[in-house]
Amino acid sequence: MNLLVLAEHHADALTPATLSALAAARRLGGDIHLLIVGTDCRRIAESATRLAGVSRVLVGDATHLATPTAEDLTAVILSVLARNAYSHVLAPATSTGKSALPRVAAKLDVAPVSDVVEIVDAETFVHPIYAGNALATVRSTDPIKVITVRPTAFAGTLSETSAAPASLETISVPPADTRSRVTGRDLTASARPELASAKTVVAGGRGLGSKENFERLLVPLADKLGAAIGASRAAVDGGFVPNDLQIGQTGQIVAPQLYIAAGISGAIQHVAGMKDSRVIVAINKDPEAPIFQVADFGLVGDVSQLLPELTEKAG
Amino acid sequence: MKVVVPVKRVVDYHIRVHVKSDGSGVETAGLKMSMNPFDEIAVEAAVSLKEAGIVSEVVVVSAGVAACQDTLRTALAMGGDRAILIEISADAEKNLQPLAVAKLLRAVCDREAPQLVLCGKQAIDDDAHQTGQMLAARLDWPQATAVSAIEAAPGLLTLTREIDGGLERLRVDLPAVVTVDLRLNEPRYVTLPNLMKARKKPIETLTPESLGVDIAPRLHILKVSEPAPRARGEILASVGELVARLKEKGVFA
Ligand SMILES: Cc1cc2nc3c(=O)[nH]c(=O)nc-3n(C[C@H](O)[C@H](O)[C@H](O)COP(=O)(O)OP(=O)(O)OC[C@H]3O[C@@H](n4cnc5c(N)ncnc54)[C@H](O)[C@@H]3O)c2cc1C
Ligand SMILES: Cc1cc2nc3c(=O)[nH]c(=O)nc-3n(C[C@H](O)[C@H](O)[C@H](O)COP(=O)(O)OP(=O)(O)OC[C@H]3O[C@@H](n4cnc5c(N)ncnc54)[C@H](O)[C@@H]3O)c2cc1C
Repeated sequence: MNLLVLAEHHADALTPATLSALAAARRLGGDIHLLIVGTDCRRIAESATRLAGVSRVLVGDATHLATPTAEDLTAVILSVLARNAYSHVLAPATSTGKSALPRVAAKLDVAPVSDVVEIVDAETFVHPIYAGNALATVRSTDPIKVITVRPTAFAGTLSETSAAPASLETISVPPADTRSRVTGRDLTASARPELASAKTVVAGGRGLGSKENFERLLVPLADKLGAAIGASRAAVDGGFVPNDLQIGQTGQIVAPQLYIAAGISGAIQHVAGMKDSRVIVAINKDPEAPIFQVADFGLVGDVSQLLPELTEKAG
Repeated sequence: MKVVVPVKRVVDYHIRVHVKSDGSGVETAGLKMSMNPFDEIAVEAAVSLKEAGIVSEVVVVSAGVAACQDTLRTALAMGGDRAILIEISADAEKNLQPLAVAKLLRAVCDREAPQLVLCGKQAIDDDAHQTGQMLAARLDWPQATAVSAIEAAPGLLTLTREIDGGLERLRVDLPAVVTVDLRLNEPRYVTLPNLMKARKKPIETLTPESLGVDIAPRLHILKVSEPAPRARGEILASVGELVARLKEKGVFA
């Protein structure tokens, strides 16, 4: 049984989400082929040959793949699938994976499974529905299983290496599909840990009141804890922080060791993105706020008083 | 140009659903149903493109039970011109999967020949995040997902997508499938006069058979369960107490 895992990389390294997808693939068992697509990605490919469970690293290197579109990724994956028999295609449930894999599945006429949080067996998967209020166990009888994996559900590390390095193979890639092209990216530059994989997340909501308050009250706490910053939709819509910091059903899914929610009410759409955190702290002036139902520890009070006090006592 | 907007009838987003005791699914009987919030944004986008003179006709489509007509009426009241209901029995709807929806929508696009399909990026019930991309694949059209800004020029769209870590700008030739994110716009409210007017707008009813599409599910739902609940937490009296407890748990530097 061969499994194909679509890798994502950034700044010359595989992303943590890719390592999670690999961990999921190892749960399935079989020969794992890691597909690395990009421009000048030979270095990453070479280091990937040491990853546990990976028997082959396939490299699709071309200029048009620097910021690949879903169309181009699909074409590369389909060309790999045409040359070799695979039982599964996996990718992390990131914006790239979620955009490309359904396209691949529809081309293959198979039903993809999104956001898998548990692998029961080679054809049975668990994934959340209704903003995580229910878990569906589904069995796929399609010849190729196409799944995206929720990174927070599978722990993957770089330290798991294999004694025998995987083979490295450069594949030829189909030409660019020029009907859609990426013309630019505005990535939020930040020295903080990546939100999706951070150990501590400090998140703020509408209760912070303004961008200025967010920066004055919440950012120093995050700095002191070495935490990533997150936000509710209301905080993003209010312009306190950029969109990529939104946590929830429609934003990022996080599961850090510690999640501090300040001035966030705890709407189901927000809770969907953080309820698997190990320890949840809620700070809210309303004792009835639903966030207290999922919090391990709660403080009832004003963020403008409690956050500076917490910052002061941290570290 | 003509735009097709697929709209899905889902349990209203304010409602917290519960799993049926026999584990066969989620209890939806008697719950308030509404248009998937992302689809309201898609309808709003289509209607504003029409108001800007870029779009000539907005056709809204829903696949599901007869009650999806209510969802279609809402979309018509927002400014859709006409509607298509692909009627499916309640039993079949329970297990209508994105691959089948994509094939149904493809068949509709073959008949309607739109230049653009505007979908929601995800439906809030199954959160599959699949249908638009799958439709694009079945049509062999380009796609753009999670779009938060649209600029239309003849034959092409300039789009902004919300991606992990920031924003991506994309140029896509038409025809194309675009799935929309929350920040694209704020959908207008449906007014009573517009709802009355919408009653006069046509809803055509089709079936999977009349479209020649096999909607048999590919995924078998073995069970649906509630996630393990979190243990009840405590309200603490002071920041000092909180810090002590977090240190105990080993999560506070
Ligand atoms: C389709 C859909 C998808 C959505 N997806 C998401 C998503 O992914 N993520 C998300 O977060 N939301 C999402 N939402 C929005 C969600 O429903 C809520 O509206 C949002 O989470 C509310 O944000 P909030 O908690 O910051 O604001 P509010 O609900 O307004 O809560 C603010 C809280 O701050 C408290 N507060 C006010 N002032 C203070 C103070 N001085 N000190 C302490 N506490 C104070 C208040 O008591 C209140 O509890 C979605 C909605 C829809 C319809
Ligand atoms: C485990 C499980 C449990 C289920 N339980 C239920 C249940 O309790 N109740 C129930 O009703 N269904 C249930 N279903 C079936 C469900 O309706 C389908 O799986 C659905 O098509 C999944 O896709 P989605 O709507 O989440 O797609 P997404 O890809 O998230 O939807 C994106 C967009 O596609 C369009 N779209 C999707 N579906 C339609 C449609 N029918 N008509 C028009 N446009 C559409 C909309 O524009 C939507 O915004 C269940 C499915 C599974 C796998």
